[in-house]
Amino acid sequence: MKHQIKEDNGALVVALEGDVDLKTSPDARKILLDAVTRNLPMVVDLSGVLYIDSSGVASLIEAFQKARKSGHKFVLAAVSESALRVLNLARMDKVFAICPSVAEGLAKVR
Amino acid sequence: MASNSQTSSITATIEKIGRTTVTAVEEIGNGGALIFESLYWLVMGRRLRQPVRLPSIFAQMMEIGIHAIPIVALMAATIGVMLAIQGIHTLRIFGAESRVTIGIALSITREFAPLITGILVAGRSGSALAARIGTMKINQEIDALYVMGINPVRFLVVPALLGTVIMVPCLTFFSDIVGLFAAGLYVNAELSISMAAYFDEVREILTTDHLMHGLSKSAIFAVLIAVIGVVNGAAVTGGAEGVGRVTTRAVVQSISAIVVTDMIFAFVVTR
Amino acid sequence: MNPNINPDHKLIEVEDLVTHYGSRMILKGVSLDVREGEIMVIMGGSGSGKSTLLRHLMALERHTSGTIRILGEDIARLGTRELVELRTNTGVAFQGGALFSSMTVGENIMLPLYEHTDLDRKTMEIMARMKLEVVSLAGFENLMPSELSGGMIKRAAMARAIVMDPKILFCDEPSAGLDPVVSSALDELILRLRDAMRMSVVVVTHELESVFKIADRVTVLDQGKILFIGTLDELRASPSERIQNLLNRRPEDADLDVDAYLTRLTGETVPGAASL
Repeated sequence: MKHQIKEDNGALVVALEGDVDLKTSPDARKILLDAVTRNLPMVVDLSGVLYIDSSGVASLIEAFQKARKSGHKFVLAAVSESALRVLNLARMDKVFAICPSVAEGLAKVR
Repeated sequence: MASNSQTSSITATIEKIGRTTVTAVEEIGNGGALIFESLYWLVMGRRLRQPVRLPSIFAQMMEIGIHAIPIVALMAATIGVMLAIQGIHTLRIFGAESRVTIGIALSITREFAPLITGILVAGRSGSALAARIGTMKINQEIDALYVMGINPVRFLVVPALLGTVIMVPCLTFFSDIVGLFAAGLYVNAELSISMAAYFDEVREILTTDHLMHGLSKSAIFAVLIAVIGVVNGAAVTGGAEGVGRVTTRAVVQSISAIVVTDMIFAFVVTR
Repeated sequence: MNPNINPDHKLIEVEDLVTHYGSRMILKGVSLDVREGEIMVIMGGSGSGKSTLLRHLMALERHTSGTIRILGEDIARLGTRELVELRTNTGVAFQGGALFSSMTVGENIMLPLYEHTDLDRKTMEIMARMKLEVVSLAGFENLMPSELSGGMIKRAAMARAIVMDPKILFCDEPSAGLDPVVSSALDELILRLRDAMRMSVVVVTHELESVFKIADRVTVLDQGKILFIGTLDELRASPSERIQNLLNRRPEDADLDVDAYLTRLTGETVPGAASL
């Protein structure tokens, strides 16, 4: 799964690119879980993700829960409309902090 | 000249025999096709991304084999003692009762152990298989497997087939040992032949030939039990009562098939 | 309605479908289509062929002639692997649920994932629980199907049908055997699935309340032929007497053949006719 991980002033920005579906979500899961072990506040940049399905949402949930348990902030940023609809069906709008841009996301986690 | 009603009832009977034969041939054909399809999935499954799952196979092996151990042990011991009693009683007529061991050893390993084990497993697991598949069919669970892209033969039949083919010979070997041992206890009690001497004689008599005769038969019985169970279960019609019908049918058919195959095998091998 | 849906995109196309059961013709040249994001209800009396039609759409039977195209693929021409691939994009909720009685509810729902994907077990469990939430069965994943009520079984079956986010969901008599409250909740669920997941749903039912509540378009079958295809409004405005009878649940009032009627009632057999 194409991705980019950047450190920005003590916070981590993980940008995923492409669809997160049944074939690619195992990759995405690994990337997210590895990133959480770095014990930094995290922003997941989903601007490059047009399509995400339940398996992708499940990976986000697992990583989020892991971050919560270790006491670190974890927000989603720049989520496309189609992805947002899938997240809302699983009521993820009530679970995640979803920020319109990466910058706002960074502001939120610091 | 026979009256109309007489001819028509004769015709009706002939028709019935004909139809039953055609159905029987069809079912044997179905069974054969099932065996081929099972082998196909066993070999090709992994490549087609539908491997036969190990946990399913183990579950079947547990149910068919391990859970049958108590009853098989009981039956084998009983048969062993029965053979010893009958053997000694009969040979007494010729004053040859000390020669009973060879009769016991050969009867158990060549005939009784595979036969009794086969019949037991047919009653236990053959019926369970038919009932399970029959119930699944009327609940549309087989359809559900198809629409989920899961091949029912690969998912249900192959594990059961492997389970029987592996476990029935094992159970047969187990009943060989238990039967011989129980017979030995009776021989020891009745004829005062020591267990050590008894087992020495058994070991001398029992060549691999005799053991393999019984064990290879049991493998064939295993295939019969599984295939007959599945074919009958899949042919179910008409709800819960239908499941009862096919279950009974499966048991009767597999026991009959076992006994007939036993005779054919014995005939062919001893030519 | 969802603005992102393309209403001209046809997910299911059926052309001149003819099917047989033995020597008997069941469907006699049926043509219909199901569009993206719509709920198509198939109605008809018993013997109309609606269950047969559903079975053929699910590719469970071979048809005699005509074409069935699902997601653009002619199902009669698909190889085994391609058919399996297609099936991962369709989900089916059977009339009795058809849950596997030897597995828990959770394992039932995870089964398609287990067989078709390389997902981690944790992911599969989360997905199963997500779907249970959607169908309002949260927390029931460790129960066995025998411990569920009829309505719960249907909802669990639906959760299994949608676990891979299929594009098409088939529902066979979702309201059968349910009380009106539970039935209504199931209708709500189907509507939610269409709206949120952009799913096309094909529902076979005879419950008129459900039809009026959820249908975008309706197909009415009668004795193997299509009597009507159109929107709900068009259905209600149809001038056909048969359809109006169906909608108003009026039994057919055919002309009475007095002789035949009396013969039937008194049990007299007509020479040459088969006995009852």
